[in-house]
Amino acid sequence: MNVRPDVRSTPWRAARVLAARDLHLALRRPGEWLLPLGFFLVVTTLFPLSLNPELSRLRDVAAGALWVAALLSSLLALELLFRDDSQDGSLEQLAICGQPFAWLLSAKAAVHWLLTGLPLVLVAPLAAIALGAPYASLPGVLVALALGSVSLSLIGAVGAGLTFGLRRGGALLAMIVLPLAVPVLIFGARATELAIKGEVATAPLYLLGAMAVLAATLAPLAAAAAVRVSLE
Amino acid sequence: MSQLTVENLQLWRGEAHLLKNLGFAVDAGCCLQVRGRNGVGKTSLLRALCGLTLLEEGQIRWRGQRVAADRSAFHSELAYQGHEVALKGDLSASENLRYGVGLRREVSAAEIAAALQRVALAATDIPVRQLSAGQRRRVALARVLLLDVPLWLMDEPTSNLDADGHALVAALLGEHLAAGGLAVVATHQALGVEASRLQTLELD
Amino acid sequence: MAWTWFHKYGSPPHFYRLAGRWLPWLSWGAALAIAAGLIGGLGLAPPDYQQGDGFRIIYVHAPAAWLSTMVYTVMAVSAAVGLIWRMGVAHAVSASCAPIGASFTAVALLTGMLWGRPMWGTYWEWDPRLTSELLLLFLYLGYLGLRNAIDDTARADRACAVLAIVGVVNVPIIHYSVIWWNSLHQAPSVMKFGRASMPASMLVPLLLMLLGFTLCFGALLLVRARGEVLRRERNARWIAEVLA
Repeated sequence: MNVRPDVRSTPWRAARVLAARDLHLALRRPGEWLLPLGFFLVVTTLFPLSLNPELSRLRDVAAGALWVAALLSSLLALELLFRDDSQDGSLEQLAICGQPFAWLLSAKAAVHWLLTGLPLVLVAPLAAIALGAPYASLPGVLVALALGSVSLSLIGAVGAGLTFGLRRGGALLAMIVLPLAVPVLIFGARATELAIKGEVATAPLYLLGAMAVLAATLAPLAAAAAVRVSLE
Repeated sequence: MSQLTVENLQLWRGEAHLLKNLGFAVDAGCCLQVRGRNGVGKTSLLRALCGLTLLEEGQIRWRGQRVAADRSAFHSELAYQGHEVALKGDLSASENLRYGVGLRREVSAAEIAAALQRVALAATDIPVRQLSAGQRRRVALARVLLLDVPLWLMDEPTSNLDADGHALVAALLGEHLAAGGLAVVATHQALGVEASRLQTLELD
Repeated sequence: MAWTWFHKYGSPPHFYRLAGRWLPWLSWGAALAIAAGLIGGLGLAPPDYQQGDGFRIIYVHAPAAWLSTMVYTVMAVSAAVGLIWRMGVAHAVSASCAPIGASFTAVALLTGMLWGRPMWGTYWEWDPRLTSELLLLFLYLGYLGLRNAIDDTARADRACAVLAIVGVVNVPIIHYSVIWWNSLHQAPSVMKFGRASMPASMLVPLLLMLLGFTLCFGALLLVRARGEVLRRERNARWIAEVLA
């Protein structure tokens, strides 16, 4: 009756199974996952439309604009993290399957980043060029956004864990996550700005990396606590 | 020795004091049927047993150990079937089982096929959202079977099922109990479990 | 021995009575300290050689700003206590802290803006202290929004506890990020008032105001917490005895 230890799944295997499931599901409905990317491009376009469209002038605000657009689009994407699983009861099953819940949520967050954060990072150079950034700055822009988007995904997962299923959850999510994301924004925008100016950006990049590591360690635990509370 | 014991359970849902000083014990090979009218707390009791809802007061013991001391060990020995079937609509029945059971243990395609056959489900490769409610319930039963755990916690397992489905649930429960498993089932339908193995708990 | 004391405070009727006994002391202490501080600060302390009489707003601004962070910490700590030891009273205390903390933050922001007007000529500058206070206000608003959105009190308590703990870990990170950000762009800073360089005639009233504001927070907290405990326990028997 009891499952023999040799066929029981290790937490690592369980995480892989969950990640495979989420990827499989995302591939069946790719359109949903492209929306945050479209939103990112739309918001980026709003800046030249509302400011001076001269590239030399846009270059001054490019770093900030890219990061604001990235932040807002990652907020939008967070809705997809727990929505489906909470609606069909799968999230409850994950909470009581006997595997470490924080570990399972890390797997979910990792797939979510692959599907929403990574595409954004890959598209960002286009947006950066559209805002006047020189070609030489693109690697710096990419790295800064890559590191920052990881932190944003993880911090956002905690917020999403607290607010999925609530009325006006989206607005509340923004209210909760945006202040917590300010350090990432500050250092990320600074790193991008230095890259655009052609200067060395190691200090803010190191800090971004440190924040990503801190988030990767602590956020899943907080998200697990948050989701358990929301499932009560 | 009793395998599942509950002592002094108190549970509130908002203002309502749903479960007051509840205590019972379920032995191996026995099924506890929880009855009561709608809203009296059957689902809340099951969710509290799973650990989805925090208990204000009270103790749950599994094999003599307090569940609160090692929740994952307890969870890995139970299967919870709630109101929602917890299936992903875009995946087929086999895929759902592969992932759902794969979280807990390795499961082969042959085992999955056998389980689906046991619950009399033929359409195993179309997306679950195209199945009827009764068919989805059968897939959920297949999952409980495949998880291969001693404790079954089921909330209205026969809802949406036809007469054959009712008989299937009775048969599955019977086999599970005969093999030494336990079950706590919330339903006001007759379960079809033999009387010597059945305990009833009336909630009011 | 210490644990029985701890759990005794956790019992709602005991907390209610104890809070009631402390309240007059805290309120009077606050009133006296604030009065003394105001007299010393507004009347007795000499005008600053640089800012004239404009600096006197520090006697309200600095304590309010200090308290805004301290209240958040108290909120997070009591939430953690409530979460770990399952104490309803601790959760009630945490819930009561939020509106008080938000108010102190708003006062700090407003007085900061009033201070800025004679200094910079505008009501707002992206000064590190003001920006930090603004972000802290957003954190409070997020907490209050979450509490408001969840109907079930126990679930709201636990959700807000998670948020408060996550927030309190982030507050220093946010604070130092903002200081670093500000140093890069050399925006003007209004609060260049090193405590060490302040003469006693200015420092003592400031410390008195700090004490007074803290006692005031204590008093407000006890009033709100008692009300919160009454609301949560309104069906319990001890309420009837206490209110009779």
